[in-house]
Amino acid sequence: MTRKPVLGDTVPILLVVAILVLVWYAAAVWLNAGLLSATYQRAKVENVPMTQFVLDAWAMERPLLPAPHQVAVELWNTVVGTAVTSKRSLVYHGWITLSATLLGFAFGTLLGVALAVAIVHNRAMDRSMMPWIIASQTVPILAIAPMIIVVLNAVGISGLLPKALISTYLSFFPVVVGMVKGLRSPEPIQLDLMHTYNATPGQVFWKLRWPTAVPYLFASMKVAVAASLVGAIVGELPTGAVAGLGARLLGGSYYGQTIQIWSALFAAAALAAALVAAVGLVERLVTGRMGARPA
Amino acid sequence: MTRLQQILALAAGGLALLTLLASLMAGPALLPAITLFGLCGSLTLLRFLRASTLWIDGGLALLGGAALLFSLGIVQPAPAALWLALAAAWAFAWLFVERLSEAIARRQVDGRLFGLLIPALFGGAILLAWEVITRGGGVPTVLLPPPSMIWARILASLPILGADFAQTFLRAVLIGYLLGCLSGYLVAIAIDRSPFLKRGLLPLGNFVSALPIIGVAPIMVMWFGFDWQSKAAVVVVMTFFPMLVNTVAGLSAAGAMERDLMRTYNAGYWQTLFKLRLPAAGPFIFNALKINSTLALIGAIVAEFFGTPIVGMGFRISTEVGRMNVDMVWAEIAVAALAGSVFYGAIALLERAATFWHPSVRGG
Repeated sequence: MTRKPVLGDTVPILLVVAILVLVWYAAAVWLNAGLLSATYQRAKVENVPMTQFVLDAWAMERPLLPAPHQVAVELWNTVVGTAVTSKRSLVYHGWITLSATLLGFAFGTLLGVALAVAIVHNRAMDRSMMPWIIASQTVPILAIAPMIIVVLNAVGISGLLPKALISTYLSFFPVVVGMVKGLRSPEPIQLDLMHTYNATPGQVFWKLRWPTAVPYLFASMKVAVAASLVGAIVGELPTGAVAGLGARLLGGSYYGQTIQIWSALFAAAALAAALVAAVGLVERLVTGRMGARPA
Repeated sequence: MTRLQQILALAAGGLALLTLLASLMAGPALLPAITLFGLCGSLTLLRFLRASTLWIDGGLALLGGAALLFSLGIVQPAPAALWLALAAAWAFAWLFVERLSEAIARRQVDGRLFGLLIPALFGGAILLAWEVITRGGGVPTVLLPPPSMIWARILASLPILGADFAQTFLRAVLIGYLLGCLSGYLVAIAIDRSPFLKRGLLPLGNFVSALPIIGVAPIMVMWFGFDWQSKAAVVVVMTFFPMLVNTVAGLSAAGAMERDLMRTYNAGYWQTLFKLRLPAAGPFIFNALKINSTLALIGAIVAEFFGTPIVGMGFRISTEVGRMNVDMVWAEIAVAALAGSVFYGAIALLERAATFWHPSVRGG
């Protein structure tokens, strides 16, 4: 992809974000109105002025839709205002999710590359595995997640590994598909050249196929790391809301803590963006070292 | 034969010979089917004297599978001959697949028909190994039930599975999928006219596509209640952005030359849109439809973890796991996998029919 001029995109994006925030504030008033009038009736308050009503709608304790600044305050309090070791700290929960994500991502990438190498080098492997690898993704693994967690828990394996396995399952697929494409991307003329050099299969792999596949690897790793985060979050749901961003979501949903749900959601979004950006950074470093022109 | 094939042939024949020996030592009358398989398999070692056809290997793989299924449970715990027979059957299946794919590549056999045989054989081999290992190895059914037990459970609880399927798939998934894809499609066409909106919304759409949108599930359950409406809403949110991003990308797929041609015809905006740009966007739109088909199922099932009436696939999975009825969970997973594959396959077929002109369809 070519990079567009930075300023040319920033203004429209900021404008769209600003519009979304405005819509959000309006929606918060509209959605919370029913709940708020019920509160007023119970407190026997009448003839509330419009401005007061709107301000109250943006400052409820358990709103249907919290206002953006409420979420921001909650995020600030739980990220910066709380000690990292505390169970109320989002950094603590985020780290638990992140560690499962990274472990699953590492497993998934290794598995994906290994499968892709086998598929590219063996026709029987290609024909027998590829349809099942595609079919494997139509199985809603997230539905199997609770079973993997509970069953492995019964065997005595708990904590990081079961969640990482779910992440692995979700993240190996993009890597396999991308790497099969990448390892096959050398032109026949280049393969022929290697042939005339009398190169061994190992030399063809390391000197031609692998370097050609690196851009594909990074493109699919960006998809894989996002999928891995989803796997880790869903893997935390059935453990009964112990720790992690998924547990924050589930806990918030149990106790009607909408602000907590939204802040966990934004933390997850920030984590996803950071992970994808990190992969992108490594990509730029690696392709730069490999002599690619800065795109 | 290639070197890999020679190694496989040696391994398959050798394992069959070991099976025969182990079975004879345990008493040939104990596992007659396994003994027969071991005998036939050992005879294939003669292929190093005289070449044999690949169909013998395929037949032996099938014979081995049948012998294993027949002999399971006769002796507990499973004797060594059973494990050797499993390994031998796998080796024969692998050898068969190797030789068959080479024959297909050389156009000695019809690739369309036998190309389907290979993945089918692979699936069968996995199921066989699963069955033999769980039943022969005495794996607790709580950990992993054998496929035969799951199949029996599916047959026994068809009404429950049907009700769950109707609740989750026919209501939440299909309605949410249609609404989400349609709205993404319409919004894409709407913002396509404004380059400003396109520049502002596209990066955001790409960004949102990478987010764990599944997290909105508790919010939707809070807004739309426990019934299928909240699950459909999650599906709408999950499917909207892939559709938006792909359609916008697809709308710019028509080349400048074709657009100029439409201009020379004096075609208006809408004529160009309907006759050129939307058809040209077809492959992109179907790509989004395919991505969304798996996302929709995942979204609906996960949303049921956050609160649901007492019916639905996600509900059944989470409650039966709690009661350690793992066979029921697997039955539900099998239904979900089947529904997901059929859904995906239907869209893939539709794609072949609708975008028949595209190189990726014409080529394959």
